[in-house]
Amino acid sequence: MQAAAAADRTRPIPSSDDHMILVDRVTKAFGKGEHSVVALDDVSVTIRPNEFFTLLGPSGCGKTTLLRLIAGFELPTRGRILLEGQEIGHLPPYRRPVNTVFQNYALFPHMTVAENIGFGLEMLGKPAKEIADTTAQMLDLVRMEHLAGRKTDQLSGGQQQRVALARALAPHPKVLLLDEPLSALDLKLRKAMQIELKRLQSETGITFVFVTHDQEEALTMSDRIAVMDTGHILQVGSPKEIYNHPARRFVADFIGDINIIEADLKSVSSGMGTIALAGGTAKAQVQDDGIQPGKVSVAIRPENVELIAPDDPRASTTGEIENVVYFGVGNNVYVRLPDGSELVARSAEAQGKIGDRVGVVLPDEHLQVIPD
Amino acid sequence: MVAQPDIVPVAADGLAQRQSDTRASRRRWFLLAPAIVAIGLFGLFPLVITMIYSVLSPGTYGGVTWDFSTEAYTQFLFERDIFDDTLAFSTTYLNIFARSIGLAFVATIGALIIGFPTAYFIASKPPEQRNVWLFLITLPFWTNLLIRTYAVLLIIRDEGIINMSLINIGLIDRPFGILYTDGAVFMGLIYSYLPFMVLPLYASLEKLDFRLVEAAYDLYATRFQVLKRIIIPAAKPGIVAGCILVFIPGLGAYITPELLGGGKKLMIGNLIALQFGSSRNWPFGSAAALILMVVVMGALLIYVRNAGKDGARHG
Repeated sequence: MQAAAAADRTRPIPSSDDHMILVDRVTKAFGKGEHSVVALDDVSVTIRPNEFFTLLGPSGCGKTTLLRLIAGFELPTRGRILLEGQEIGHLPPYRRPVNTVFQNYALFPHMTVAENIGFGLEMLGKPAKEIADTTAQMLDLVRMEHLAGRKTDQLSGGQQQRVALARALAPHPKVLLLDEPLSALDLKLRKAMQIELKRLQSETGITFVFVTHDQEEALTMSDRIAVMDTGHILQVGSPKEIYNHPARRFVADFIGDINIIEADLKSVSSGMGTIALAGGTAKAQVQDDGIQPGKVSVAIRPENVELIAPDDPRASTTGEIENVVYFGVGNNVYVRLPDGSELVARSAEAQGKIGDRVGVVLPDEHLQVIPD
Repeated sequence: MVAQPDIVPVAADGLAQRQSDTRASRRRWFLLAPAIVAIGLFGLFPLVITMIYSVLSPGTYGGVTWDFSTEAYTQFLFERDIFDDTLAFSTTYLNIFARSIGLAFVATIGALIIGFPTAYFIASKPPEQRNVWLFLITLPFWTNLLIRTYAVLLIIRDEGIINMSLINIGLIDRPFGILYTDGAVFMGLIYSYLPFMVLPLYASLEKLDFRLVEAAYDLYATRFQVLKRIIIPAAKPGIVAGCILVFIPGLGAYITPELLGGGKKLMIGNLIALQFGSSRNWPFGSAAALILMVVVMGALLIYVRNAGKDGARHG
């Protein structure tokens, strides 16, 4: 254990141009001995300068722990955290050029909006003039000039959110950490704040690390997303990569709606596999070299499933429509396949009605074999 | 519990509504009656007696004679020459008041300094452990104040554990007198009233949102700045309540200065007691008690109003 730690320290520190934050083989366990709970298990991730980076996962996946480790509220059990090449893992929060927007905002109730925003600069010992100027600038940035003298408990949720943002941005941190900051807002406000956050990030050029369990939020705002589960990072990639090419079954399941079908992989050649599924055959992408022929899961998004006439030769298999659900911008058609499994196809127009037999097309550019 | 005959539907006719209103208000008075009787009989009535006594003349063997006189109030500020009856301004009693206020004030500050970390310590414990600590804080109340004060006396007297152990380890060669000094009264007051400081402080610190502390750390505040800017403002209602609860009984303390001050260092409480005892001047004792009450109420009003101004900003 100690030898490993020593070996860690002797490893060359990467240059600072390719990362803003480098989380290097970090493990975090809470509690001691048998009762300890591992919240993060040997996690490594690189967060690049000026990017909007999202940690996405269900509650308990370790995303908030990772954020708190970067903020300094927790210290890693093992591993290093670097910020522009400097190791910061052991520093207290007030020695890290990193600020946090808390889930419940944590605004100081005994201070005004302006006092809240100026607090960080005041603690850094900046001159009064600079504090006043920056506070005014921040109020302008989040469009709260008219409420500078208000007490924070006289603000709406959305306004508190803006103050929390302005307060965290005022000291010009290198990295802004956001811990599910939008979860307390109603849907409409949340959508508006998503756009607002994205605007703030590009205007300030500050690296944002955003924690959320809302996959839609993550897809909307992020430059890159790390999908986490049970203390591990399963996949890191752009929203498109994550959505279109989920590397793991959990990722596929977690992001958006997806059909996962049990299938039999017959053979693989140059990234394409031949599979047998639900009484038919299809071709599917195989991205992971480790996948061997045998029982596999294949995934396809509902919007990529095409329903045609049952006798059309393009159909991979056939099924019977069980249900058609209209949801505003389109319809979900639930198709029962011959093996008893259910498949959802999504389209703008209703294709068929309950009881109809249909042919199911699974286009090979969208059908993907995914490891569990 | 099965039927609730008093609950009349809102839409019921006016008469039933009025009847239930009267019944509800009658029941409220009925519930209040014991408190009103108790306060009237044991609070207001004695106060009225004290007020009346303060403007009567002292009887030769204690008690009062029913002759109107403002002598008691005059006596508080002036000394009457025994030969020619002229009045000369005297600070004797004012000094006792001033020293009492000073001692009570210093004891309050002392209790705050000791009580704050104690309360913070308890509030930072896991909830299931807090009750044990609170129980320990209230444990001294299980014994009579008089006994406890005697215990303090035994500790700090010349042959007590402090002096003896200091002599034994050779730090001093003869006991230094703690007993019968202001310092002894000060210690006794802190010891007696510390729980009254800790409990309200705990009550407000327990509600402190620890995430605010994290937010302050995150915004570059050091430990001391977090204490000053976040924790103390949040604990302010508790500080106000604790200071009031220590200062007022401290100001009127009787047993502590009597035993630990040796009766030589008078506090107001002892002065008043003296008037009803060996001095046999009930009107003056009553007047002193009323003056104390007015001073305390005035100070309290100003204090609470100022604290309230700040408190209002806390929401």
